[in-house]
Amino acid sequence: MSYVTGLILLLVASAIVNNVVLSQFLGLCPFLGVSKRVETAAGMGGAVIFVITIASFVTSIIYKFILAPTHFEYMQTIVFILVIAALVQFVEMFLKKSVPSLYRSLGVYLPLITTNCAVLGTAINNVTNNYDILESVINGFGVAVGFTIAIVIMAGIREKIEYNDIPETFKGSAIVLITAGLMAMAFLGFSGVI
Amino acid sequence: MNKNLERLYNGLWKENPTFVLMLGMCPTLAVTTSAINGIGMGLSTTVVLVLSNMMISALRNLIPDRVRMPAFIVVVASFVTIVQFLMQGFLPSLYTSLGIYIPLIVVNCIILGRAESYASKNPVIPSMFDGIGMGLGFTVGLTLIGIVREVLGNGSIFDVAIKPLDNFHITLFGLAPGAFIVLGFLVALMNVVRRKMEEKGRPLAKAQGCLSGDCAGCTLSSACTGKEEK
Repeated sequence: MSYVTGLILLLVASAIVNNVVLSQFLGLCPFLGVSKRVETAAGMGGAVIFVITIASFVTSIIYKFILAPTHFEYMQTIVFILVIAALVQFVEMFLKKSVPSLYRSLGVYLPLITTNCAVLGTAINNVTNNYDILESVINGFGVAVGFTIAIVIMAGIREKIEYNDIPETFKGSAIVLITAGLMAMAFLGFSGVI
Repeated sequence: MNKNLERLYNGLWKENPTFVLMLGMCPTLAVTTSAINGIGMGLSTTVVLVLSNMMISALRNLIPDRVRMPAFIVVVASFVTIVQFLMQGFLPSLYTSLGIYIPLIVVNCIILGRAESYASKNPVIPSMFDGIGMGLGFTVGLTLIGIVREVLGNGSIFDVAIKPLDNFHITLFGLAPGAFIVLGFLVALMNVVRRKMEEKGRPLAKAQGCLSGDCAGCTLSSACTGKEEK
């Protein structure tokens, strides 16, 4: 299997087969909190794609060229969380100054991402699986695309659910979680594809 | 001493992080495939929570207000790294089954939430008891959910098979969809309890985490947005 085929398979695997929300349980907070409208869900998805891809790139560079040569691998959790927090702030400032149109559509979601476990989880997974820098970026991008797919589908379903007659007890997050369970069941069907 | 006991009661019952506050949902869903995993995750979170609460409360007058969040994160991440090493050394099988969720204790809402709302304002001893109470409350929550999923999905409790259930387990409950569905029913159950308690005039504390619908209800909303509350 050539390197390029490997990368494509990695992309499909991280986006769909091992969907970050529905089979890894990472990034549940925005998945449940920001999925009321399709537009906001798509905005959140865009911001997550942006941040996770950049964070995967930066953290894998830091790991390869700073932590690994100096044998400070055990510092990865501390270093990664600080790098991600700083990175999100930096991306926010950069977008505000340089690309105001993109900032207007993604800006409000950026700060919410710092404590999103999907970002840290992806960075740590990249290291645990020994991905090189390109593979890390592809994996990060795939994970974020998977998140966007899940949150947009969820928002679409929630827009419909709003007009349904749900038992009083299940209104709110209960029915959302059960819907997520049904979606996870559908995504189980992808397991074994790769 | 009464105040310390009150903290324990608060964490275990009145503001139970799993059932009442609904915090830390990522690990709750991910590691509750069995009761043992639930206990393991709960106890490791408890250790980190107690140590970080004590450290943050000891340093509360030294940490400048403006940089308190990064400072809290560094303290929590250090303790998580220590716990990770200890588990890798002494409990390798649990370490493998919890996997990535051990380093992810760093971003668990409960820990930063307690640091922000309790430990940074109170002395060391009450903060320690607050950590123990909240941590044990979380452990009890995870274990109960773990038991439910293990019985339904695997027909056993704590790896001990239940004979009558031999042919009646539903594998789905051990997998990802089962986690969402069990939690959905738990939230519905808590909605009923909440309403009953309100009728009795003793309302429960509000859910704070992601399940309350929006991040604005989170104790961490100021941390999430990285800005000072205006």
